[in-house]
Amino acid sequence: MTTQARSRRGGALSSRLDRPVVVAFACIVALLLLGSLYSRSFLSPDYLLQQLKVASFLGVIATGALIVILLGQIDLSVPWLVAVGGMMATAATAWGPIGAWLAIPFGVACGVALGLVNGFGVAYLRIPSMIVTLAVNAVAQGLMVVHTGGFSPQDSSSPAMRALATGSLAFGLPNAVIVWIGIGACAVFVLNRTTFGRSVYGIGNRERAAYLSGVDTQRIVLLAFALAGGLSAFGGVLLAGYASKAAQGMGDAYLLPAIASVVLGGASIMGGRGSYLGTVAGVVLITLLQSILSVVQMPDAGRQVIYGAVIIGMLLLYGREGAAR
Amino acid sequence: MSDWRYALAQNRATLISVAFFVAMFAIYASNHPAGFSANVVETAANKGVLLALVAMAQTFVVITAGIDLSVGSVFVLSNCLASAIVVGSAGHAALGVLGVIATGAACGAVNGLIVIVGRLQPIVTTIATGAIFYGLALLLRPTPGGDVYEPLADALTGRVFTVVPASLVALAAVALAVWIPYSRSALGRAAYAVGSSEAAAFMSGLPVASAKASAYVLSGLTASLAGLFLTFVTYSGEASAQTGGSYTLYSIAAVVLGGVSLYGGSGSAIGAIFGALMFRTIGDLLFVFNLDPLWQPLFQGVVLLVAVSLGAARLFRVRNRLELFS
Amino acid sequence: MTESEQGPPILRMEGVSKRYGGVRALENANLAVSAGRIHAILGENGAGKSTLIKILAGVVAPDEGRIALDDREVAFGAPADASRAGIVCIFQELSLVPDLSVADNIAIVNPPTRFGMIDRRAQRRVAEAALARAGAEDVHPMALVKDLPLSRRQMVEIAKALARAPRILILDEATSALTAADVAKVFVVLKRLRDEGLALLYISHRMHEIAELADECTVFRNGSNVATYPAGTKSDAEVVELMIGRELSAVFPPKPRQRTASATPLLDVRRLSWTNRLRDVSFHVETGEVVGLGGLDGQGQRELLLALFGVLRGVTGEVRVAGRAVAPASPHAAKSTAIGMALIPEDRKTEGLMLPMSVGANLSFAALDRVSRAGVLDRDREGKLVRQMMDLLAIRAGSIDIPVGALSGGNQQKVVIAKWLMAEPRIILLNDPTRGIDVATKQEIYQLLRKLADAGAAILFYTTDYSELIGCCDRALVIYDGAIRRVLVGEEITERALVASALNIDSDTGVVAGGAS
Repeated sequence: MTTQARSRRGGALSSRLDRPVVVAFACIVALLLLGSLYSRSFLSPDYLLQQLKVASFLGVIATGALIVILLGQIDLSVPWLVAVGGMMATAATAWGPIGAWLAIPFGVACGVALGLVNGFGVAYLRIPSMIVTLAVNAVAQGLMVVHTGGFSPQDSSSPAMRALATGSLAFGLPNAVIVWIGIGACAVFVLNRTTFGRSVYGIGNRERAAYLSGVDTQRIVLLAFALAGGLSAFGGVLLAGYASKAAQGMGDAYLLPAIASVVLGGASIMGGRGSYLGTVAGVVLITLLQSILSVVQMPDAGRQVIYGAVIIGMLLLYGREGAAR
Repeated sequence: MSDWRYALAQNRATLISVAFFVAMFAIYASNHPAGFSANVVETAANKGVLLALVAMAQTFVVITAGIDLSVGSVFVLSNCLASAIVVGSAGHAALGVLGVIATGAACGAVNGLIVIVGRLQPIVTTIATGAIFYGLALLLRPTPGGDVYEPLADALTGRVFTVVPASLVALAAVALAVWIPYSRSALGRAAYAVGSSEAAAFMSGLPVASAKASAYVLSGLTASLAGLFLTFVTYSGEASAQTGGSYTLYSIAAVVLGGVSLYGGSGSAIGAIFGALMFRTIGDLLFVFNLDPLWQPLFQGVVLLVAVSLGAARLFRVRNRLELFS
Repeated sequence: MTESEQGPPILRMEGVSKRYGGVRALENANLAVSAGRIHAILGENGAGKSTLIKILAGVVAPDEGRIALDDREVAFGAPADASRAGIVCIFQELSLVPDLSVADNIAIVNPPTRFGMIDRRAQRRVAEAALARAGAEDVHPMALVKDLPLSRRQMVEIAKALARAPRILILDEATSALTAADVAKVFVVLKRLRDEGLALLYISHRMHEIAELADECTVFRNGSNVATYPAGTKSDAEVVELMIGRELSAVFPPKPRQRTASATPLLDVRRLSWTNRLRDVSFHVETGEVVGLGGLDGQGQRELLLALFGVLRGVTGEVRVAGRAVAPASPHAAKSTAIGMALIPEDRKTEGLMLPMSVGANLSFAALDRVSRAGVLDRDREGKLVRQMMDLLAIRAGSIDIPVGALSGGNQQKVVIAKWLMAEPRIILLNDPTRGIDVATKQEIYQLLRKLADAGAAILFYTTDYSELIGCCDRALVIYDGAIRRVLVGEEITERALVASALNIDSDTGVVAGGAS
């Protein structure tokens, strides 16, 4: 209940006291220990850095999901906004040297544009976010199908995209992780230290009260969805860089994990409560879970079952307070 | 006279979706290269009925102001299960059908239990259980395959009296046997009441928990009927994540097009059925106009976006802006 | 006033107590209700009336004590249990389901069924009979509840209660949303029910209603019953005395001398109209003035405040602030420095505060512009201003970081007011700000309002409490049916004048003289 109260002061640092966040981090440690019983390599820096790198793609996307969920809304357009980001960036690359330069901003801008449509529908037309983002997802899909002519595009990623997603700076720290840290720092700052962030929490808690407090709630909601769209698309840009090319279904696997990370991190799906640190924990937890299940060669069927059971189990563990506000 | 007006007003959303569907289908059939033939209708019906059943499943939960993002997974799971147990002799197949239905109902019961007793939000719960159900489907059918009791499959996907598609008859039968009694029962009424205002329902002494539970169980049950029907159409089972995901999402679209309020408490599965048929027809319209099939998803998306935006017209009638935030 | 012989009580509560956390809501409360009587329950806010009702209706369980129905002890686990025992309650918060029809709602608990399905025709008959019994034949049984105006919904609520064939009917402020004509109708119905042998528990703040309706009265104070007496045997002053347990002498700050109207008042409203709820409302508020809005509850006072604050759409007329015509289209616009308006809303829990958020975050929420630069919060400045406000209003909170929902009602209300003061408004609209808060906090709010006015604010103050209009306001506008019925200035603001004009019964006799109180 008091996440917001705490995050007012010490930002991410003090929200560490939040129970779901503690539980999530404890589960991460437990998973690693469990994995290390199976193989020593689970505790090696190489493995951990590799996991963080994989997690950073989900982390960027989940950042957008968190902002929208804090508002008490949901963004189901993640799958195709990720694809739009990747495919538009690679498309720009194909235009030539200038395109290659513009690839990343262009991909992100396309995501922002579609996010604006989401936001406009939710804020100004007051369509339930679940349905308007679903429709925008369908439109984005339609646009991409028309764009590619039905085939996976042959366009490949720009060097900058590849460098961002696969390269690494000194000390072997992957660039993708650095990007995630940067975006995470911005998110923590925006959520805790700006009027925008404060308004997001306020709207998520009680939109009526926020409106009557003279906050321009429509503009905030519009902005939040635009941000989420941009972040989804940026996730797509990174993924395209990682795989060297973009593909139509590239975002399909990210919608549910993004929502699950945010919720496992202690955010309420009803809005108003949650912290970025929690989302980080959720992202790492889900990435590790997926990784360990694949390392122990668990068949996909078992992976799905365990994945779902862990989410339910942990949410029940957080207790009723975490569920019903 | 005035009674008619009220009845009309209360079923307006459903009637509008029926009217839209009829208009669209008329355009579709009259422009179809093969003309308005039993064949055209049969093919369209078999496709439409699948989504209609899943949309109906979604309606039960949406009525209670919940959402079931696991309908697609239950649909796929039932398909895989049916391809394994609805086989062999007529008696064995009949038992298999019962088994599939029971499994679907059990999936719904799990959802309901977690939402009601565990007090988790429906959206998160069903995302997670959806993964579990899909995992079970994969366990049953790691690769596509299986079989189905053919006489039953052929009977239900063929035609009755040589003109009426059997699938439509089956759909009508499900609506009559499941939806109508439920929506008119005291329990179904309670489900509407819970969706409209849970506090008022509790204050009135209604059985809130059993109303919700019944909605989830019936949702699972209806989704399993859809899975069963998919098996009859394809003669096999396939644990396709893509199928499950798209049916879940389309079911929400169909429910909204059918005039069911996502905020709960109003709308009917009949509307949702026509919403689903409408959604299918939208896609097929392009085909008869000889447009590049590449444009079909975009067209479908834009129509959906425009359709849901039309609901915003009510905003112009709102005189007190606080009403927007209740 | 039927002084008929009184049978043995059918319902008896003995030594009932209930605590919520550390707060005791009921303490050793006793009550006996007889058939064929209308029993009024009186008491200040927080006297334990609503807890009493909730216990009787099975919504909450008592901590100790016994409840006996026909001399048999009963315990209700849920509202359904109480309903089966014949105790039916009409709650203040409506228990109707908005998306269902009137008939559906009336028959919701035990709908007539055939073959497991609801028999709509039989249900319709039940509903029509119940509506007729409640004197609400004008409501169509097939209409959706959400499409009905509030007063009709209240009538449906009564019909719904009657359809359950209650033996004991509890009405909790059941007339608050009704028009005067409806109230008269309801009273006829209630008296008939009494004559049919029902026991009625009637909770109301409206003294004149109780005088007209009740056979006997029980006064509650601080969670216990303090007196039971036949209606009409005590004067209003005596009853008020019992309720508050001391002399009615709320301390109001002194009012300044009357001033002369300036050429350009800070807030000048001309011919303001909105749908059929506001009709040609014209008035002005000067700098330093506290203007009260009076009248019966629900005559358009709330709409007037919302219209000024930019919440309503389709408002016609003219609003001038310091001589400049303004037309805010949202609270955001109304708050802007050009207008400088603030609205202390009606319901602090849903409109004023974000309960799970911290005291500090709530306090600065309406003044984020003041504590930020280019959208970035200046925490030092925020902390300083928040503490200033907490000092100014003497808000008692352990820390500025605890959730505002953890504070007492009075402190929460102070946070709502402080949050708006932090935005430095020059026009302050208040929507019944003292409802449901303790007497001490009320006094602090009175002092504050005067202080703000003296510092140059224009204050428009809607209150349902007549004594506040008398004690706090320089002028009082009495609203009736969306129009200003009367303007009372200074000494003219008396209870008699307020009540008379609120009921729209003072003819053209001019100023009602005398200092009746």
